[in-house]
Amino acid sequence: METLKKEKTASTKQSTKRISGAEAIIHCLLAEGVDLIYGYPGGAIMPLYDELYKFQDKLTHILTRHEQGATHAAQGYARVTGKVGVAVATSGPGATNLITGIADAQIDSTPMVCITGQVARHLLGSDAFQETDIIGISTPVTKWNCQVTKASEIPEVLAKAFYIAKSGRPGPVLVDITKNAQIDEFDFSYEHCKGVRSYNPYPKPDIKAIEEAANLINAAKKPFIVFGQGVILGEAEEQLKTLVEKAGIPAAWTILGLSAMDTDHPLNVGMVGMHGNYGPNLLTNECDVLIAIGMRFDDRVTGSLDTYAKQAKIIHFDIDPAEINKNVKADVAVLGDSKVTLDLLLPMIKTNTHESWHNEFKKKYKIEFDQIIKNDVYPTKDRLTMAEVIEEINIASGHKAIIVSDVGQHQMIACRYAKFKQTKSNVTSGGLGTMGFALPAAIGAKMGAMDREVVAIIGDGGYQMTIQELGTIFQNKTPVKIVVLNNDHLGMVRQWQELFFESRYASTVMVNPDFVKIAEGYHIESKRISERKDLKDTIKEMLASKDAYFLEVKVEKEDNVFPMIPSGASVSDIRLK
Amino acid sequence: MIEDWDKEMEKKWFTISVYSENSVGLLNRISGIFLKRHINIESLNVSKSEIDHVSKFTIVVYTTEDWVRNIVGQVEKQIEVIKAFYHTDEETIYQESALFKVASTLLFDERNIQNIIKDSNSQIVTVSRDFFVLAKTGRRNEIDDMYQQLKPYGIMQFVRSGRIAVTKSEMKISSLLKEFNQ
Repeated sequence: METLKKEKTASTKQSTKRISGAEAIIHCLLAEGVDLIYGYPGGAIMPLYDELYKFQDKLTHILTRHEQGATHAAQGYARVTGKVGVAVATSGPGATNLITGIADAQIDSTPMVCITGQVARHLLGSDAFQETDIIGISTPVTKWNCQVTKASEIPEVLAKAFYIAKSGRPGPVLVDITKNAQIDEFDFSYEHCKGVRSYNPYPKPDIKAIEEAANLINAAKKPFIVFGQGVILGEAEEQLKTLVEKAGIPAAWTILGLSAMDTDHPLNVGMVGMHGNYGPNLLTNECDVLIAIGMRFDDRVTGSLDTYAKQAKIIHFDIDPAEINKNVKADVAVLGDSKVTLDLLLPMIKTNTHESWHNEFKKKYKIEFDQIIKNDVYPTKDRLTMAEVIEEINIASGHKAIIVSDVGQHQMIACRYAKFKQTKSNVTSGGLGTMGFALPAAIGAKMGAMDREVVAIIGDGGYQMTIQELGTIFQNKTPVKIVVLNNDHLGMVRQWQELFFESRYASTVMVNPDFVKIAEGYHIESKRISERKDLKDTIKEMLASKDAYFLEVKVEKEDNVFPMIPSGASVSDIRLK
Repeated sequence: MIEDWDKEMEKKWFTISVYSENSVGLLNRISGIFLKRHINIESLNVSKSEIDHVSKFTIVVYTTEDWVRNIVGQVEKQIEVIKAFYHTDEETIYQESALFKVASTLLFDERNIQNIIKDSNSQIVTVSRDFFVLAKTGRRNEIDDMYQQLKPYGIMQFVRSGRIAVTKSEMKISSLLKEFNQ
């Protein structure tokens, strides 16, 4: 909302100046407050790269080692800063390599603008060298996309691109710019986009719905909050905390909502979903009012919808009208920006405590602690566990690090056990589950938060999907800390094979290279440990390093992540083993 | 899973009306929403609407109300879509158009052809030495009936348009646009 207001007032028309389309792109980016972009050059985007060379004092371009890395880095940057991440690629394969990152940003609502070069206007449709229909290809995974074939269209389209990427429910936008449009000159002027007539990013809050929500909350005996990334995107963390404390409501997070609320807050009861905490999952089916804030009832959160919170009244706060009643029918739907709607709700909320209800969560936590957490975090067996590594990072960083996780067992463990004091600190690929996300995303996260410690937690499988980004870290001296939790398996798939496919480990055993040597090849300080006695000191050493640091931790090969709600089962059927 | 779920709800014909900007690529964006859900578009028509510079898509699908609601939500979410609605057949006035190209000899040799033209309320658009063209507007079953009647005599070419429909209730686009512009 704040940015929108700013856009409305700060819209000043600059005086016109005759420049090339490529130079215009630079001025548009600068006008949007962009000072850092990720990308990879190539034929159809060369005019833009020539201008990037000239403007390198104002606009930093980070050369990743693959275009997918550029998108994930832009995502990591966007997730920790709240700003729009920017990725640039050439036409054809450059553009198609962006697609995974774009799809990831789409499903995780990350603001990103991708600029691709395209063959010249007169060659469109001729199957020219490196021509591909990137507009057609990216349509289902972008919030908006647009092809520019004339230089004079660039300012308006880019202004619209940034506005759309950031406003409302954020998402990725792709702008495809033909080579002639980059070369041709025109009279440049820039105006920020103030709105698009067919697009209503901030639905007006309905006071009646908010009153209904307040009445339900005030009358509830067993209210339960589940918050998602909408709280972070709407910057409503304070409002959430106030609501939780004032009404005394236990609150749990989705994987993308993690870090919106201090993980040590007494009313923060943990994570919902497939590998979430025992209490929040079980008690979803015992609460009387379920207050969903900025979350979308993903199947990994709800399990079987037929048995999900059927006993409860559902209040759904969301900015996206299409999310209302999509998966779970809401008794009260409150549309709008979470900060605005929660601000309107708070004065109507009566002070309350729900001690005995809260105690239910504590009791369930005790069960989970005894049966799972204790063995995960304080193991007595010889081999290291993933959770004790996360716990050491918690201790050594004082809960202040940004944790960037990849996809798989280590991700679930990181999200279960990492501790956060500060918002926008958990960066992970939630909706798409993109292996290979973490290493490049950590680069973006670090560049977006240079004053903070950024630790990437990656499995041995996902690490090798974007391992080439070590080159980006080396070239830019980006001081990210990389922890590979190596179990020599594609652990999550192996776990499913063990549980549901009679331990037939089809293609999940990894014969891995010497990761330390690879990191050394990039001149990154590196170490491998496999024993508990080395863990504490090595983590300390890693965090004390001013430079990038690679740590491989050899962990138990066949550990499973529990609790677990089997795919398609009810949240009530959560398994402890 | 989806199949089971499909069975629970009754499938019906729905007419989806989409008011949008007239922009390149929007058709692809909208059709992709159906593709993603493995739902077939039974008929599609794009034209101008009652509002200047606003296009109207009329899309017919045979599916459950849950799916059509989901689809309309996703369609409406697209930046260039102003508003989308769905209606059942009872809530709309709808028609289709068809053209039949038939050999001219039939017009003179087969008496019954003239009866078919009269009974079906169709019009002769053009008559040339070799062929004549019949135009028929109406419900799909009326067009299908006419097709079946003409078929034994030989149809040289046949084409039917997508459904066009207006709704009995109001679709307040002008006031919505005013709201957007505020």
